[in-house]
Amino acid sequence: MPSPLVEELKRGLDAPICLTWELTYGCNLACVHCLSSSGRRDPRELSTAEAMAVVDELHDMQVFYVNIGGGEPTIRGDFYDLVDHAVGRGVGVKFSTNGSTITAERAARLAGSDYVDVQISIDGATAATNDPIRGEGSYAMARRAMDHLAAAGFGPFKISVVVTRTNVAELDDLAALADGYGAQLRLTRLRPSGRGADVWHDLHLRADQQVDLYHWLVDRPGVLTGDSFFHLNALGESLPGLNLCGAGRVVCLVDPVGDVYACPFVLHPEFRAGSVRDAGGFIRVWRHSDLFRSLREPQSPGACAGCGSYDACQGGCMAAKFFTGLPLDAPDPECVHGHGERALAEVAAGFDAPRGPDHGARPGAGHSAVAVALGPTRRD
Amino acid sequence: MLELHPDVALRPEPFGALAYHYGTRRLTFLRSPDLVALVEDLGRHASVDDALAASSIERRRWPTFRKAVATLAESGFLRDRA
Repeated sequence: MPSPLVEELKRGLDAPICLTWELTYGCNLACVHCLSSSGRRDPRELSTAEAMAVVDELHDMQVFYVNIGGGEPTIRGDFYDLVDHAVGRGVGVKFSTNGSTITAERAARLAGSDYVDVQISIDGATAATNDPIRGEGSYAMARRAMDHLAAAGFGPFKISVVVTRTNVAELDDLAALADGYGAQLRLTRLRPSGRGADVWHDLHLRADQQVDLYHWLVDRPGVLTGDSFFHLNALGESLPGLNLCGAGRVVCLVDPVGDVYACPFVLHPEFRAGSVRDAGGFIRVWRHSDLFRSLREPQSPGACAGCGSYDACQGGCMAAKFFTGLPLDAPDPECVHGHGERALAEVAAGFDAPRGPDHGARPGAGHSAVAVALGPTRRD
Repeated sequence: MLELHPDVALRPEPFGALAYHYGTRRLTFLRSPDLVALVEDLGRHASVDDALAASSIERRRWPTFRKAVATLAESGFLRDRA
């Protein structure tokens, strides 16, 4: 039975609980599963003054914290000015980085700042697992950043991992790695968004791996997940978290040019609610956009109506459905009861997955690089 | 005696309030406006029961509120007053 609180959250709040802000599409890596298909900076990126004004709006709305990402957000020359401005206005910052700019000196400065959390991304406990996904040398780069943060006494930074078919066997090693640094492990779900659409079929968890992951998470309530895995709640007791799709209700995403999307996993025109550059700014988009209003209406369980697990899993993730060609009221493609696989089988063979804008360094380059890099994983 | 931790901010919501602890980065929900008023008032009273007595909360509901206050204290949203 859903709690009254959850029912209220589904109807949306006057301000997001937190939001994700991709500050730039520029990135020195080209991860095969990048949600925002990042690579090149967009010349229309928000200026420093525009970004500062967004921070001021978040302050006015009493948004307590913002998750900053990209691209690689630290390549913006004004990155730390924006962070300082946010923290100064009571908007805490957690930023995600590949670690490339976290030098010993930068780590020492970060260690001296309150209300700033750092999240380093890796996608495996070894370079052999990580580098095919995130790029040659990216594991060593991330570990150097972790070493610097630990040496500087930063405290419990976060290590963020997208769980895939190739790294799911290394969860214990990743937990040990985090423990060794006094860090917090954070696991998130692989979504078929951005370049993730190219690799999802090869890298998303098999059914048996999903069951293992569920039990692993149940045993480790201290592992952070960003409520990523609520579709697994249909396997038994609920994982910690709100167990609802927060898109446009309690979370959203602001992209580098100021466009506002329903969540970090749906960078596609269909889920664009407006722009912080529109009259009325972010507040108006959040409170009055047609898209967000519709997402706050009661949602139909659709094809899941007859399933006893709907209260537990809520039909899963909107983005995972959309980018695999399923209707939004279909089962999640990774439904633990297998309903998603059957639904996927009905999607036309010639189905062309919807794609958001590609910011890859060279158009099309990401795709062929993927095929080469992932060659070995295609055996299973 | 307890009071709201100075690192905690409350954001009023129709269901009560969102509470965020800037120190621990923990977020929690205060699930009734009565609880929000009680928590904000704790610092002015010698005990939780004194604060309850000064509130408009019916006596039969006190156990629920005592429990909520204890949970908030355990998770660091409330602290002992010096």
